[in-house]
Amino acid sequence: MIKGIASSPGVAIGKVFKLNQPDLSYEKVKISQDETEAEKKRFQEAVAKSKEQLEEIKEKAAQEMGDEEAEIFQAHLLLLDDPELIKAVEEKITNELVNAEGSLDEVVDSFVEMFSALDDEYMQERAADIKDIGTRILKNLLDAEVSSLANLDEPIILIAEDLTPSDTAQINKEQVLGFVTEIGGRTSHTAIMARSLEIPAVVGLGSSLLKEVDSGDRVIVDALEGNLIINPTSKELAEYQAKQEEYLARKERLNELKDLPAETKDGHRIEIVANIGTPKDVDGVLRNGGEGVGLYRTEFLYMDRSNLPTEEEQFQAYKRVAEGFNSNPVVIRTLDIGGDKELSYLDLPDEMNPFLGYRAIRICLDRPDIFKIQLRAILRASVYGNLKIMYPMISSIEELRVANEVLAEVKADLQSEGVKFDRDIEVGMMIEVPSAAMTADILAKEVDFFSIGTNDLIQYTTAVDRMNENISDLYKPFHPAVLRLIKRVIDAGHREDRWVGMCGEMAGDIRLAPVLLGFGLDEFSMSAIVIPEVKEIIRSLTLTQAKELAEDVLRLETADEIINYLEDKVTDLKNK
Amino acid sequence: MVEREVIVKNETGIHARPASLLVQTANEFEADIKLIKEDEEANAKSIMGVMSLAVSADNQIIIKAEGVEEEEAVEAIVELIESNFGEE
Repeated sequence: MIKGIASSPGVAIGKVFKLNQPDLSYEKVKISQDETEAEKKRFQEAVAKSKEQLEEIKEKAAQEMGDEEAEIFQAHLLLLDDPELIKAVEEKITNELVNAEGSLDEVVDSFVEMFSALDDEYMQERAADIKDIGTRILKNLLDAEVSSLANLDEPIILIAEDLTPSDTAQINKEQVLGFVTEIGGRTSHTAIMARSLEIPAVVGLGSSLLKEVDSGDRVIVDALEGNLIINPTSKELAEYQAKQEEYLARKERLNELKDLPAETKDGHRIEIVANIGTPKDVDGVLRNGGEGVGLYRTEFLYMDRSNLPTEEEQFQAYKRVAEGFNSNPVVIRTLDIGGDKELSYLDLPDEMNPFLGYRAIRICLDRPDIFKIQLRAILRASVYGNLKIMYPMISSIEELRVANEVLAEVKADLQSEGVKFDRDIEVGMMIEVPSAAMTADILAKEVDFFSIGTNDLIQYTTAVDRMNENISDLYKPFHPAVLRLIKRVIDAGHREDRWVGMCGEMAGDIRLAPVLLGFGLDEFSMSAIVIPEVKEIIRSLTLTQAKELAEDVLRLETADEIINYLEDKVTDLKNK
Repeated sequence: MVEREVIVKNETGIHARPASLLVQTANEFEADIKLIKEDEEANAKSIMGVMSLAVSADNQIIIKAEGVEEEEAVEAIVELIESNFGEE
């Protein structure tokens, strides 16, 4: 078994087809003055041929994968049309009397080098595009045999060193059961395309892969775990066939759930929403049936850069997310930096206990200049959808009041400037500090909602650093104290008619969903990919059952007892 | 020769899709078109040139065109930038 990175989920079993890269060796030779025109013509023809091929691939990608994938090839086509690139090659041929292959290679290399050197991930990826284009022109110059995936006579598992986007785009779903590559990561173009084609793929298996596998070998691609099994035993074969069937059945079932409401059997409806980090995550939420956003982590706007984001930049991002969900709610958490998240340009001091230190709302209240820009951007975007504001790390009513005062000032400013915003925008806070949980009854009077942030609440309640590996067994989401605090917060919120949500990892844990439902949690916010599973659990029981279960759990004494009890219950529910 | 100054407002600056759109627009014209940011200059018909300028939000750039329909060319590109490349 070889271990790699699962980049597109599923299980595939079949015969190996090795994609060999054609021989692209050539000799760099000097040409004579009177050969230059012919050489330039050869180059132009190779470019024209490359364009034709790319047009065809782009067409196919648009039909079979979607516009986003087709756009990759649009970018390639633009590169082929680039006057700087074409001119540079032609000049090299004319002035340096180097043949077309040699000139092309040198020019491509210099551009690749230039782009790779830029301190920008996007530009670095463009270097790969330029390389891909260069290779394509070179193949056409050399008339090299491009190994074709077009005429396979039986379904296969494709194995290659790497697949370029153009290789991937030629893949026919009926014939390629799965693919496996030596290099690549989860976010490479190839991985993204595999996911949109829904072909199981494992990448990054290392450079010995092609030596260990022969064409015709039977292999299992386990793209759930990221494994490749070569020439499996009949026992392994049976095991993975079962795994494959189970995966497909599950996928189908969850897919059917997508458009159904998160409602118990007796008609109690809750809201299932997602945690997101950037506007790009919106599609994934919608694809998984998320009804909105319960936590938009705005700190990503502030990270990986050298200065604070402008009001305009923030406004554009918030507006995009607001519009992505129409009238469905989007809860924007104000800047939550510090702790384990640093911003180099703010020059935050090193601290003995960063999680107990200068972070989140504490920084914002200390630096209202930063806070106000964010609040202005959120308010301005609020007319484009259903936005809500949420403060992180509030530990006392005083902090909440100061934050609300700053918000009132910003609203007054906007009003006097004649800028439109949602005057009734809901304002809530995270409950992640035990002191806030214990005074939720007081806090509830001055907010519109609570969202329980369990990751920090657990570490503060149990005094366990969640980053410290030596004590990771003490970090217990199922600790009776944590569950009691959660119940207390929900009750306190409901007494003041406030809705209560949860946006920590616990909200997406299917073992806990019935308990939280029984406690009366109104909104569950989680990673988009776990939405269908939580919905499935919610739909499998009644509110009465959930309440009973929650009561039982509160009587148990240890986290382990609670986990065991819940695992049994959830298995029962799923098998019904 | 025609020259206009414009401030780039859209979030991503002239990267990725905006860069492609700009090059496509420039290619509709015969005139020579340049983008100038600070003291760097790039051919507006070259995707690599445009991207290597690395124009970000709030940068001020100059569009310069010379040749047939130079006025229209500058106008079209300024309009594209001011429309935030169709981004919302």
